[in-house]
Amino acid sequence: MRSPLERQQARAAVQFLAPALTLIGLFFFLPVVAGLLLSLTDFDLYAIGALDTARFVGLGNYRDLMHSPLFWTALRNTLYFVVVGGPLSVAVSLAAAVLLNSPRLRLRAFFRTVYFAPVVTTLVAVAIVWRYLYHPRYGLLNHILGWVGIAPIDWLGDPHWAMPAIILLAIWKNFGYNMLIFLAGLQTIPEELYEAASIDGAGPWRRFFHITFPSLGPVFLFVAVTTMIGYFQLFAEPYVMTQGGPLRSTTSLILLMYEEGFRWWRMGAASSIAFVLFLLTLAGTLIQLRLRKARA
Amino acid sequence: MRRRLGPVLLYGLLFLAAAATLLPLAWMTAASFMAPGEANTFPPHFLPRHPTVQNYLALFTRIDLARHFLNSVGITVVATLISLVLNSLAGYAFAKLRFPGREGIFRTLTLALVIPAQVGMLPLFLLLRELGVVNTYVGVLVPYLASVFAIFLVRQYVLSIPDELLDAARVDGAGEFLIFRRIVFPVIKPILATLATFTFLSVWNDFLWPLIILSDSSKYTLPVALAGLVGEHVQDTELMMAGSVITILPALFVFLAFQRAYVRGILSGSVKG
Repeated sequence: MRSPLERQQARAAVQFLAPALTLIGLFFFLPVVAGLLLSLTDFDLYAIGALDTARFVGLGNYRDLMHSPLFWTALRNTLYFVVVGGPLSVAVSLAAAVLLNSPRLRLRAFFRTVYFAPVVTTLVAVAIVWRYLYHPRYGLLNHILGWVGIAPIDWLGDPHWAMPAIILLAIWKNFGYNMLIFLAGLQTIPEELYEAASIDGAGPWRRFFHITFPSLGPVFLFVAVTTMIGYFQLFAEPYVMTQGGPLRSTTSLILLMYEEGFRWWRMGAASSIAFVLFLLTLAGTLIQLRLRKARA
Repeated sequence: MRRRLGPVLLYGLLFLAAAATLLPLAWMTAASFMAPGEANTFPPHFLPRHPTVQNYLALFTRIDLARHFLNSVGITVVATLISLVLNSLAGYAFAKLRFPGREGIFRTLTLALVIPAQVGMLPLFLLLRELGVVNTYVGVLVPYLASVFAIFLVRQYVLSIPDELLDAARVDGAGEFLIFRRIVFPVIKPILATLATFTFLSVWNDFLWPLIILSDSSKYTLPVALAGLVGEHVQDTELMMAGSVITILPALFVFLAFQRAYVRGILSGSVKG
């Protein structure tokens, strides 16, 4: 038998939870499940007018994706961004955190705030700013590179440079976030460890690889997984800066999903792209968890 | 790395990185005060020769940016307020109210954290279309109103409130809503500030969802309007920079005002969690 107090609490819990859980269930979980079903249909522009014209096509959309060169291009571009841009971002974050963790550093709060500022800026707006910074003739970046004798680069017009340009913007925009997380992790490492290592004659690099890096283990895993998940969702940068070009060199999976779904209204095909992305994200997360476990 | 890194090298690196980080934002601001065409001259220069506010004036006269600004403010403020109430109630219930199925429901919710929002975006669009709220402010708001991450954050914070405090109030016959308002609410204010800052910034900066759900340009939020403008006015560098300043400034301002609360949110979502 439950006491009146417990029943009263259960009743209150329903009232407290109902609004949030209804919204999350109806507008998050339901669409996710519906998305899986949608990806098994040929839902298109006609189906939007009359829902009953959509037909079940099994794995047809996924089969079509496998035969679509554009899908493979988008997949390759997205993996390029994740595999190159992700680790570079994390490395810059870690370097910044290590510098900021220097003992007796003055102006620590100032530097931290400055490095973090790009994180809170509006992605669309800074992508526009960078689009001008990357201008081959009038852009500030080529001008600065000119000081050290580097010839102008057509950052966003050259298929080989467009993705590196987007990665550079992403690093600038994001490194402050993981930097804060690393910094908090670094502050939990006991100072004595470093002192003992110094007495034993370990140089800065050895101290980093033997003390700092292993101590950050769980923090590092968290940062790696969340960064990867975030980087798989590349969209606004190519949408604003390159429209996926030149020669489709910056078309990401989400950009392709957006074009299929909301430009051509092929919702079934677009949903299958979204699910491929989901599976990739999941696989990447599981691999990193496994790697971590194997090392531990 | 530590200790041995000479102070000159250390501060040199730190200031260089700070300059590189601020450069794009500084140039954006400088260019927004340049005369039309001035940013497209060779060689590029940094400071406006004759600073002018005409780009800002043009944004509010020739282009109705004020409208998009108000759209963004309205959507962001309403989303922040509603989500604050709903998520804190739910987070508290998961932390302190005893009811059957609590752990199961909570575990199911954690699934949401690994599913990218884009996976459900197409069906969500179709669902909202059936409900007749596509291309409305209500439609934009829908996915912002409740968040699993926010519920987690509140739950974690509320767990630190001693049960005795709540039980004492219950014995005195206080209802759960009264307990929440009188006892819990004052204690969890810090995490509510965190949550408000998080929600404000993520809604203000969001792009893909408003781009999808809003088709009528008069309803566009600032990022969507800006992305549309850059298509038409790509040559008007100075005008676009003024638009970018107006879009970024409120976000930076909110961050600077609530920096402490915001940083606490990032850290409790990672190191502790």
